[in-house]
Amino acid sequence: MEAVIPAKAGTSGQEDTASLPEVPAYAGMTDEDPVIAGQNKSLLRLLTCGSVDDGKSTLLGRLLYDSKMLFEDQLAALEADSRRSGTQGQDLDFALLVDGLSAEREQGITIDVAYRFFATDRRKFIVADTPGHEQYTRNMVTGASTADLAIILIDARKGVLTQTRRHSHLVHLLGIRHVVLAVNKMDMVDYGRERFETIVADYRAFADEIGIGAFTAIPIAALAGDNIAAPSPAMPWYEGPPLLEHLETVPLAAARPDSGAFHMAVQWVNRPDSRFRGYAGRIAGGSVRPGDEIVILPSGRRSRIERIVTFDGALDRAVDGQSVTLTLADEVDCSRGEVIASIAAPAQVADGFVANLVWMGDEPLAPGRAYWLKIGASMVSATVSKIEHIVEVDTGRPAAARLLALNDIARCELRLDREVAAIPYARGRELGAFILIDKLSHATAAAGMIDGFPRRAALDRGASEADRIVWLNGVAPEERAEVAAKAQQKLQAMGRMSFILDEASLRESLNADLGGDPADLAEHIRRVRAVVGLMSRAGLHVLVAVDVPTAEAWPGRQIDRADLDQGGEAEWVI
Amino acid sequence: MNAPATFLHRGLTHLEQLESEAIHILREVVAEAERPVMLYSVGKDSAVMLHLARKAFFPAPPPFPLLHVDTTWKFRDMYALRDRVAREAGVELIVHRNPEAERRGINPFDHGSLHTDLWKTEGLRQALDLHGFDAAFGGARRDEDKSRAKERIFSFRSAQHRWDPKNQRPELWSLYNSRKSRGETMRVFPLSNWTELDIWQYIYAESIPIVPLYLAAPRPTVVRDGMILMVDDDRFPLREGEVPVQRSVRFRTLGCYPLTGAVESRAATLPQVIREMLLANTSERQNRAIDHDGASSMERKKQEGYF
Ligand SMILES: Nc1nc2c(ncn2[C@@H]2O[C@H](COP(=O)(O)OP(=O)(O)O)[C@@H](O)[C@H]2O)c(=O)[nH]1
Repeated sequence: MEAVIPAKAGTSGQEDTASLPEVPAYAGMTDEDPVIAGQNKSLLRLLTCGSVDDGKSTLLGRLLYDSKMLFEDQLAALEADSRRSGTQGQDLDFALLVDGLSAEREQGITIDVAYRFFATDRRKFIVADTPGHEQYTRNMVTGASTADLAIILIDARKGVLTQTRRHSHLVHLLGIRHVVLAVNKMDMVDYGRERFETIVADYRAFADEIGIGAFTAIPIAALAGDNIAAPSPAMPWYEGPPLLEHLETVPLAAARPDSGAFHMAVQWVNRPDSRFRGYAGRIAGGSVRPGDEIVILPSGRRSRIERIVTFDGALDRAVDGQSVTLTLADEVDCSRGEVIASIAAPAQVADGFVANLVWMGDEPLAPGRAYWLKIGASMVSATVSKIEHIVEVDTGRPAAARLLALNDIARCELRLDREVAAIPYARGRELGAFILIDKLSHATAAAGMIDGFPRRAALDRGASEADRIVWLNGVAPEERAEVAAKAQQKLQAMGRMSFILDEASLRESLNADLGGDPADLAEHIRRVRAVVGLMSRAGLHVLVAVDVPTAEAWPGRQIDRADLDQGGEAEWVI
Repeated sequence: MNAPATFLHRGLTHLEQLESEAIHILREVVAEAERPVMLYSVGKDSAVMLHLARKAFFPAPPPFPLLHVDTTWKFRDMYALRDRVAREAGVELIVHRNPEAERRGINPFDHGSLHTDLWKTEGLRQALDLHGFDAAFGGARRDEDKSRAKERIFSFRSAQHRWDPKNQRPELWSLYNSRKSRGETMRVFPLSNWTELDIWQYIYAESIPIVPLYLAAPRPTVVRDGMILMVDDDRFPLREGEVPVQRSVRFRTLGCYPLTGAVESRAATLPQVIREMLLANTSERQNRAIDHDGASSMERKKQEGYF
């Protein structure tokens, strides 16, 4: 298919290829080096937050420049732009590199989330760049929703400000695991160690208070490039890595192949003909192998994984983050929006959430109005049934509210018109996050993060029957009532319906005809077994506070004193 | 991607994650749109996009047609590859040429920007309306141009195909909101988060067929306004005294041959192209005539409905 040289052009053509040099080697590598094929390179998504003029654009421009993502023509354009509208006199104004749309360029503000890319040989970076102006919450939450790491920028002269707290609250709310505190403009404070340490101590006190466990503080000067790509000679007292090195080496949660139990929302049922039926989706947690037992939620149907089908051949294992197509061993019903999960599944079935909502719509929340709610691949109708309180984003403190308007954050209860599979946001973004969509304008009205499930608990069809049965026969009879009540509370908080089967009520009803001789005792135990089995099959967790012999083999778990001592908060019910 | 032996002991690579994200997007659209189509320009981004579509719906063929908005001025190698690739993927290929542009003989030599307006912008609108497509996959990437850095993955257009930068939806997590009013359409960009380097490395890793023009070879060229143009057929009007010269060139993007600049290079294999990229110092769009009229030109073109 090589181009045929047209007669008219080719015959009189001269040769001019001799002077062109061969392509030089890249960093001394052969073409077989994995770097050339882009193997061994990971992906980190990050968010930059800072107030206006803290130097966010400058830092970003710097990172692009120092990781050599700028090309000659872009640099030439930057030089021209810097002369025309820059703020740096003769020097390059890196901030101009990352300015976007023309309207905002003219007004000198950025008004939206922009995504930028840079890379080293080891890692590719996707930066969500959010402006420090109004609409801040909406934009920052959008950028933060996909970020693994947040850089919180501080001006060394100003220290920790109200805005810093706001950014940190949002970073925490969105569950970003890695936080970098970049103390910028160190040149303006004589590269002073004390100033840096004061700011870090201030921030640490605040971070502890709001629950940001760990963060990495780096003193930088974005404009001059100190501690960006290379250690700064002006700050020999700083022993940590420069920013780029830190970003390159921070361990990634997404790169962990074993992130909890397997679950995957079915996006598309692939049925090219009657012989093939595959369930396509992206694995949202854990890993899966052919033969694994699974449950489909919310229906509760069970099956086994038959094959993991991909274009590149069947796999013997697929992990978190991979897009695959699964076939099941049985002909079970499963449609878009349902979740295929391991039978040790943490996903649960609920028709209501307690959640943190970030209001994004220009129109305020209309209480009682129905919105579309999208979670995973399912779309249901939902209403906000209760606004518990608004969270003041600058302080993190709760305040009463009747209404939600743009950029408000609130803890709410939602009611869905049918059941969906979900998990708390803290355990996973894919099934813990949702959006609300205005049914008339189709605008995205809110972002939501599930915090728990309302008191009206649901049947737990995710776990196996035996997993739902807990025998309290190892606990002293006088303690059983209290222990069972605690466990029930715990289950309810997790949105699971339970029943306490206790000796006294059993003896008064079903077993009222039985006495204490061995034959009656055997019959008593037979009935307990039957009742417990029926209840758990129906999806209830059963807490059995009945006298039964400890020596027998029971389906389910037996709890004794030692379990109670270990799992203080009734953790053992899970 | 072909999983190497070490796969189980590490997380996904950046290319595996980009691939998986794109497949997720393709499936979401197919599940939620009524009549999707994939815009197929025969370039490297289209090649990657089609490959991803084959992966997303395997063992079925992609459940949507390909649409090539043709201008009659593409490189001849592009037409050859287009027809072969569509056949191999088992998808229907729709070729649309704006009848008005055809009738008026619009060409890049005599008609300047009218060429792009009529053949591409207007041609695309016509094709979408004609077939009633409500979702069109495009291979645009955010790294191509500053104004694209804020483009959403799902981008909505009014019934008149206009893009309103102020009225785009926030995109949270991977929860895409594809609800739309009647008449509205969406453009969806599964490669939004890919860079030019990612594209090349993926093509290499996956052995995806591409137009040979992307690899350097001696080709008949002339230099005009600082751009190296290839004399691809005898419709190219040579100026007084202009003689095509054999230069070793390759292309970083492919469009209409009279509007697409080549770069001098001896990178004749994919690893050499990647090496050259890693050492590179110019961005790919520099060689496109269309982008040179003003810093905000891409943005304006987008508002008018050009991709
Ligand atoms: N002295 C000093 N000035 C800086 C530094 N970083 C940024 N600036 C300046 O601070 C101002 C605001 O920077 P810019 O990047 O536009 O801030 P943004 O609003 O956060 O994007 C500009 O005049 C920058 O040149 C630094 O490290 N040192």
